[in-house]
Amino acid sequence: MLLTKAEMRRSMLGGAASLAGIIAFVGLAVLALLLSSGGSSILATVFEPYILRILRFTLLQAVLSTALSIVFAIPVAQALARQRHFPGRIWIIRLMAVPMGLPVLIGALGLIGIWGRQGIMNSALLKFGLEEPVSIYGLSGILLAHVFFNMPLAARLMLAALDRVPSEYWLMASGLGMRSGSTFRFIEWPVLRSVVPGIAGLIFMLCATSFTLVLMLGGGPAATTVEVAIYQSLRFDFDPGRAVTLSLLQIVLTSMILGALSLLPAPEDEGMTVGKPVRRPDGRLPGARLADGGVLLLVTLFLALPLMSVVLAGLRSDLMKLLREPIFWQSAATSLAISISAAALALLISMTLVSARRAALLRGSGTFGRRLLFAAMGGASSLVLLVPPIVLATGWFLALRNLSDVSAVAPLLIVAINALMSLPFVMRVLEPAFIVHKHRTQKLAASLGVTGWARLRLIDTPALFKPMLTAFSFAMALSLGDLGAVALFGSDGFVTLPFLVYSRMGSYRTNDADGLALILGVACLLLTIAGTMAPVRREVAVHG
Amino acid sequence: MFKFKFPSRSLLATIFIATATLTGAGAQAADKTLTVYTYESFISEWGPGPKVKEAFEKTCGCNVNFVSVADGVALLSRLKLEGAGTKADIVLGLDTNLTTEAKATGLFDASGIDVGGLKVPGDYKDDVFVPYDYGHFAVIYDTQTIKNPPQSMKDLVEGDPSQKIVIEDPRTSTPGLGLLLWVKSVYGDKAPEAWAKLKKRVLTVTPGWSEAYGLFTKGEVPMVLSYTTSPAYHMVAENTDRYQAAAFSEGHYIQIEVAGLLKNAPDKELARDFLKFMVTPGFQDTIPTNNWMMPVSATSQPLPDAFGKLVNPSKTFLMSSDEVAENRKAWIDEWLTAMSMN
Amino acid sequence: MVDPKFAIEMQRVGLQLGNQNFQFDCRLPTGAVIAVTGASGAGKSTFLNLLAGFDTALKGRILIAGKDVTEVYPAQRPVSLVFQDNNLFAHLDIFTNIGLGINPSLKLTTANCRTISSSLEKVGLAGFERRMPGTLSGGERQRVAFARALVRNRPVLLLDEPFAALDPGLRNGMAALLLDMHSETGNTVVVVSHDPDEVKRIADFGLFLEDGRIVVAAPIDEFLGRADHPGLTQFLRS
Repeated sequence: MLLTKAEMRRSMLGGAASLAGIIAFVGLAVLALLLSSGGSSILATVFEPYILRILRFTLLQAVLSTALSIVFAIPVAQALARQRHFPGRIWIIRLMAVPMGLPVLIGALGLIGIWGRQGIMNSALLKFGLEEPVSIYGLSGILLAHVFFNMPLAARLMLAALDRVPSEYWLMASGLGMRSGSTFRFIEWPVLRSVVPGIAGLIFMLCATSFTLVLMLGGGPAATTVEVAIYQSLRFDFDPGRAVTLSLLQIVLTSMILGALSLLPAPEDEGMTVGKPVRRPDGRLPGARLADGGVLLLVTLFLALPLMSVVLAGLRSDLMKLLREPIFWQSAATSLAISISAAALALLISMTLVSARRAALLRGSGTFGRRLLFAAMGGASSLVLLVPPIVLATGWFLALRNLSDVSAVAPLLIVAINALMSLPFVMRVLEPAFIVHKHRTQKLAASLGVTGWARLRLIDTPALFKPMLTAFSFAMALSLGDLGAVALFGSDGFVTLPFLVYSRMGSYRTNDADGLALILGVACLLLTIAGTMAPVRREVAVHG
Repeated sequence: MFKFKFPSRSLLATIFIATATLTGAGAQAADKTLTVYTYESFISEWGPGPKVKEAFEKTCGCNVNFVSVADGVALLSRLKLEGAGTKADIVLGLDTNLTTEAKATGLFDASGIDVGGLKVPGDYKDDVFVPYDYGHFAVIYDTQTIKNPPQSMKDLVEGDPSQKIVIEDPRTSTPGLGLLLWVKSVYGDKAPEAWAKLKKRVLTVTPGWSEAYGLFTKGEVPMVLSYTTSPAYHMVAENTDRYQAAAFSEGHYIQIEVAGLLKNAPDKELARDFLKFMVTPGFQDTIPTNNWMMPVSATSQPLPDAFGKLVNPSKTFLMSSDEVAENRKAWIDEWLTAMSMN
Repeated sequence: MVDPKFAIEMQRVGLQLGNQNFQFDCRLPTGAVIAVTGASGAGKSTFLNLLAGFDTALKGRILIAGKDVTEVYPAQRPVSLVFQDNNLFAHLDIFTNIGLGINPSLKLTTANCRTISSSLEKVGLAGFERRMPGTLSGGERQRVAFARALVRNRPVLLLDEPFAALDPGLRNGMAALLLDMHSETGNTVVVVSHDPDEVKRIADFGLFLEDGRIVVAAPIDEFLGRADHPGLTQFLRS
């Protein structure tokens, strides 16, 4: 027994409380919607040919996007893991977190600036004699945009996994004379294989629920996702029953895919190491340098050029004037307050879930109840992504409208919704780090009897500080760029930065919108800088 | 170390208080409060909202409290959401395509205003809703790229497919629905064939007007579906006449924006006063250069020169709200089918 | 407290891990250095885990120093542990690492601090209090682990192949240190070992495990002379 009964009980209670909280939050919203709909044509909805068609399209684009994101992320992660010391490395890593926090609309416009009919790519192609500009509007555009937004995330998570490989493995590989093929086969792929299902599941969910991108770059209504239908049924038709049915449909279908993914092997046991700094002798070979350099250059251009286009558009606006407006500072403060709270809440919930899942695992795969709880906690934290924020927001609005003044509760609801939306990311960052950390220290801690508060303070927090910081900054960046729930509750005094961007765009003021988008992008970059910083503790290389 | 745990509660309390103070601004001061639900761009800094508030508050001795939602469609959804318990006294920003559904909620009361004297093309008459501005839909084009703009809907539909247009989705935006109804008005039963032809020119369909216009001004596409008044913004605020509207010979569909008062408004007299105020110069003055639409009654000053250069449609299309409500789903399905075929 | 004759007793202890079934039954003498040997997969680590409390027996009882510890949490058992590696928390300095052995909440008295320093002296690492584990060599880290075992002063010391990661020259020195500590404290030492020379050098009692069972348990002379087990013979010859 590696945990005392008291610890086990505490962990499980914490996890169960979080799980119950999530289910209650989502459930009440759904219930409110169902009650107000009067159970109209729920079943009929499911079998409409239109719905079936968009289901098919939703799944198609999500599966392709996921596959492409993962496939392209692998060489990037490999290259970064292999080349550990070159000028600008940390900036490439930070760059990869920026797309995630960017409002989707701004990112899309940036992509269009590069890949669109007037973009650089087409201008170059036209110079080379192409007749008409290549159009990205269609499935190809959707895939491009999804890869832009999701591949960096996948690469970062994969890089984290590769960094967890004991340093001895790399030294061994080079000592054995392994070439890159064998290194991939014996060391890199087994590690990546264990994290790919989790990453794939997350990206799949993000792409399946993609809304603005699909509509903007899809080229026409042939490209419609279930999310659009949900949005439409709430905003245009006001048919809450239909919205709920469609949401459930989305959840059921995606769960099946995720279920299939979860049958793949789970993250393996990590080797015990001394905590030596990782050295990659195979990175020094000229062939590796060239290949990695090429990959990194391509990915940097791929990410940076659209962002550059956002920056240039932003610089063309009157930034000084924007910064002088009081509404800007008001919305910035609101955005900051919301994202900090949401990130904190997400971190808290994740820690309880992650720790409870570990505790459930420890007792062996014995009780069915325990295994169910384990799966439920993992599933709940991921599936929240499938419940559209508009469903949650509308449901809670309905639930609360008779009880109190909604605008007072609105900030809390927005924080809760944003926290839930960032939960899957936070868990994907925390859980692997937590597992490795526990594996390395739990026997020692158990044998010495370091438990509870002391263990948290002395052992867990210092070791987990860096992943927690990364997770926190991820969650903050996500919340910052999200328009979502605010749109429903937004009112005169409650404005966030993305809301401000949209409102400028809606008033012909695209220049202002560009400037604000630039500021948002810079904010996200600053957050990720904070996330990759850690207390510097240089460990002198061990000799002998 | 424990950055993430410590500030949570106190920070939430701060937000709570901050928001309560900010949103509670309207709760202070004056004896009477008029709550107006409207869409976001109306009350933005450059929108008509602030000026309207100032002007009305001078005459009524009351406090105007604006509550904003994203757009006209969201306005209706918000009302349905809140039901009879809604705090709105006035709803401002619905358009004529939504009025039948709005009336069906049973939340609105007769306005008591005679709209016959208003200068609205299309002969709009209603006893519940009062129009406050209008705008004809039009295809806006970039004069630098397009030298021969389409001169009719037929031109647009059958024109050169390499000159693209970006349009909005009728399921999620009112200009999108407007174009749908426009094509329907011109082509009637032959609308699906028209759409099938037009599809070749459509670069992409965006969820809303902002995204479409953003693409247009970035130079991604030379034409966009917007309002006849859009060029006025560029001429007045940006001093350029690069973007112009194309005049279609068959006529243009019109969007008329209306306001109405709610049955459960505590002070109906005040609400009616606002509706009356709405068609006076005090309100109408803000429409041309703050809302970038056309006023429905006289303004104290003549319209800016730029407005004189705008397209003035010879014929106006407007379907009755009932007709739209009845057929909308079927027409949208028709549109979907036509646009989805390859 | 009565000093029992047997420091460790396993009474019909049974455990099932995956496909493997373990059955242990033995009585180990107090104050002896007991070597646990066997081929890989024979169950040596499981044996140790059961004693330490990381694995829980499904059947039977485990007694350590006369106390029934079958259901007792590791920290409450009268044992100290030294693993092959990862004995120290990499992000804490030596002083803290040892200090945790005295009080898991790190509430130390001045007397405790002196104890820590003297333990470091005893293992030949005087003045290393503020060093970080990453800056020490493998042998030095193991010595710190010994120092911690010293300050804890428990009746039983469990070691899981403690010297396997060190080079042979160092191994002898460490084995000598272990014996020094043993003679000074009079504790019972259970050491899992792969090295027959080591066994011959330090053990008083030998256990040989095969397929999850203890097949040979005898005082060292008898242990080394046993000819009836081919596995054991092979081990001793290696």
